Amino acid sequence: MKTENQKAWFFVLPVLLLVAFNALIPMMTVVNYSVQETFGDNVFFWQGLDWFQQILRSDRFHAALGRQFLFTFLILIIEVPLGIAIALSMPRQGIWVPVCLVLMALPMLIPWNVVGAMWNIFTLPDIGLLGYTLNHVLGLNYDMTQDPIAAWVTIVTMDVWHWTSLVVLLSYAGLVSIPDAYYQAAKIDGASNWSVFRYIQLPKMKTVLTIAILLRFMDSFNIYTEPFVLTGGGPGNSTTLLSIDLVKIALGQFDLGPAAAMSLIYFAITLLVSWLFYTLMTKDDQN
Amino acid sequence: MAKITLSKLRHSYMSNPKSDSDYALKEIDLDWNDGGAYALLGPSGCGKSTLLNIISGLLVPSEGQILFDGKDVTRLPPDQRNIAQVFQFPVIYDTMTVYDNLAFPLRNRGRDEATVERRVMAIAEMLEVTGMLNQKAAGLSPDNKQKISMGRGLVREDVNVVMFDEPLTVIDPHLKWKLRSKLKELHQRVKATMIYVTHDQTEALTFADQVVVMQQGEVVQIGTPVELFDRPAHTFVGHFIGSPGMNILPCTYDGTADDMARIEGQPVPLEGPARSAPTGKTEIGIRPEFVTLAGSGLPATVIKVSDVGRHTVVECDCLGHKVNAVIDEGTTLQKGDATHLSFRKDQTRLYVDGWLATDPE
Repeated sequence: MKTENQKAWFFVLPVLLLVAFNALIPMMTVVNYSVQETFGDNVFFWQGLDWFQQILRSDRFHAALGRQFLFTFLILIIEVPLGIAIALSMPRQGIWVPVCLVLMALPMLIPWNVVGAMWNIFTLPDIGLLGYTLNHVLGLNYDMTQDPIAAWVTIVTMDVWHWTSLVVLLSYAGLVSIPDAYYQAAKIDGASNWSVFRYIQLPKMKTVLTIAILLRFMDSFNIYTEPFVLTGGGPGNSTTLLSIDLVKIALGQFDLGPAAAMSLIYFAITLLVSWLFYTLMTKDDQN
Repeated sequence: MAKITLSKLRHSYMSNPKSDSDYALKEIDLDWNDGGAYALLGPSGCGKSTLLNIISGLLVPSEGQILFDGKDVTRLPPDQRNIAQVFQFPVIYDTMTVYDNLAFPLRNRGRDEATVERRVMAIAEMLEVTGMLNQKAAGLSPDNKQKISMGRGLVREDVNVVMFDEPLTVIDPHLKWKLRSKLKELHQRVKATMIYVTHDQTEALTFADQVVVMQQGEVVQIGTPVELFDRPAHTFVGHFIGSPGMNILPCTYDGTADDMARIEGQPVPLEGPARSAPTGKTEIGIRPEFVTLAGSGLPATVIKVSDVGRHTVVECDCLGHKVNAVIDEGTTLQKGDATHLSFRKDQTRLYVDGWLATDPE
């Protein structure tokens, strides 16, 4: 007969408490706000799903969501191929390996608000190195505080500069784990460089790339600090991404109810897309 | 198919080798005949993989030439040499089906689909993998993956040589035997030259017609399995082949007393006199199979008796040296017992500086 006792609960208790305090309780607070209206002083009125309906039907939310998807799409379409290309051209052995790795890791070590501030100064048309060069040396008309296109180019470039390294490092880890015999066999089989990439390198990088894309999707979909410091969501609303809009509603307008509803919808979208992507990518392995 | 000639081959992994010890391969001269089954046998790090990679073109030797049917291919890349190589770990293209894996080398060379299908089906039938042709290669068991790797090597009709680099390392013991006989059978069917690299004497001796034994970048002996066992050209071969290996005992040999050597002063008859008066370190070599425990001979004390199934191995201390004797019948001897050893005269060889110095009478 199986002996049963409840001792195991004591062992999971610490972690349950930790998760409760850093995730469950804050999240339930948000749920609490999302179905009520408050005017302060802890006075609440029941609203049901009104805030959710309001958010889902608002043009402002649709526009921010559209910009968010566009931003994430742009950075993924640039960072993933670029990251793979850089990883492929990095040396596999010798003294340049640590040099390359450290250079690659540098952008990721810089605090996010510093990245925003750096790029802000870098692109100032009158004193920033990039801004000055574009305007006064190349004669282009570049000012991201005036021109939405320039603002978009800047935030996308900044993200590529900041985060391509993550894709590079993960891809590189996948690449160096491929035994030499694979390359030797491919040579003997007469495989072209493209075939080597398509049938050896890419399949071997698949797992790490799935993780890289997932991380980049989640991080870029929730991005706040860098564009906030760089453009503040402007000019106009042209770079107001979901998180920036959310903070405007919550702290700018102090509409806590709609903001809470919006963050739950936001969370659900991130979760859904991540789950869909991960399921699709790992479907083959389970069969 | 081709005859392969290695001529004055030397290779060093250093850019500026100075002494002989800087060379992974020291001066190799070898002929591999068309259609032969060869084994390259030696301990890890003896240079056998280096030699293999030079033949396949993955490595360009520092000095010397490789000729296929008299044509110099020393600097040709692997895909232009028409060779095939099977590696220690199965190399398969995970995302392709078994069929596409086998077809890959042919398609890369632009063969038409009808030829591809004919060859793939023929090879699949030979390897008994016809049933899994439409399966993804990633899901196969290690032995089937290794079969596919072999198949990719054999699928081209015109390969000059198929090389196996310790191909059974990752295979379970009970499947090793099956794959080994499959290989032997394949060799008889396709009649391609095959070179099999291994550090396992059983694999080498069962697969090959000719075994090339290497040590520290040098070929020590080339011969049939029987020759290697009977007349090891070097004490290393004697040690390396056989289980337990040859007994090697330091001795003196003054060259005057015809065919008599002395171990610690005790006379031991050799199979014949030395070819010339020895100038270096002299040793006696005798296989444990030809040592008998007798009433007279060299005095010895039993150290250990191990019953290894078909026969018994008796380890003795003989005049301060360790000697193994293999006896077919059981024994009542025990640890500490005193006995005498006698060596069969026609199997007692003299080695000078490691090299065989006597001939049979």
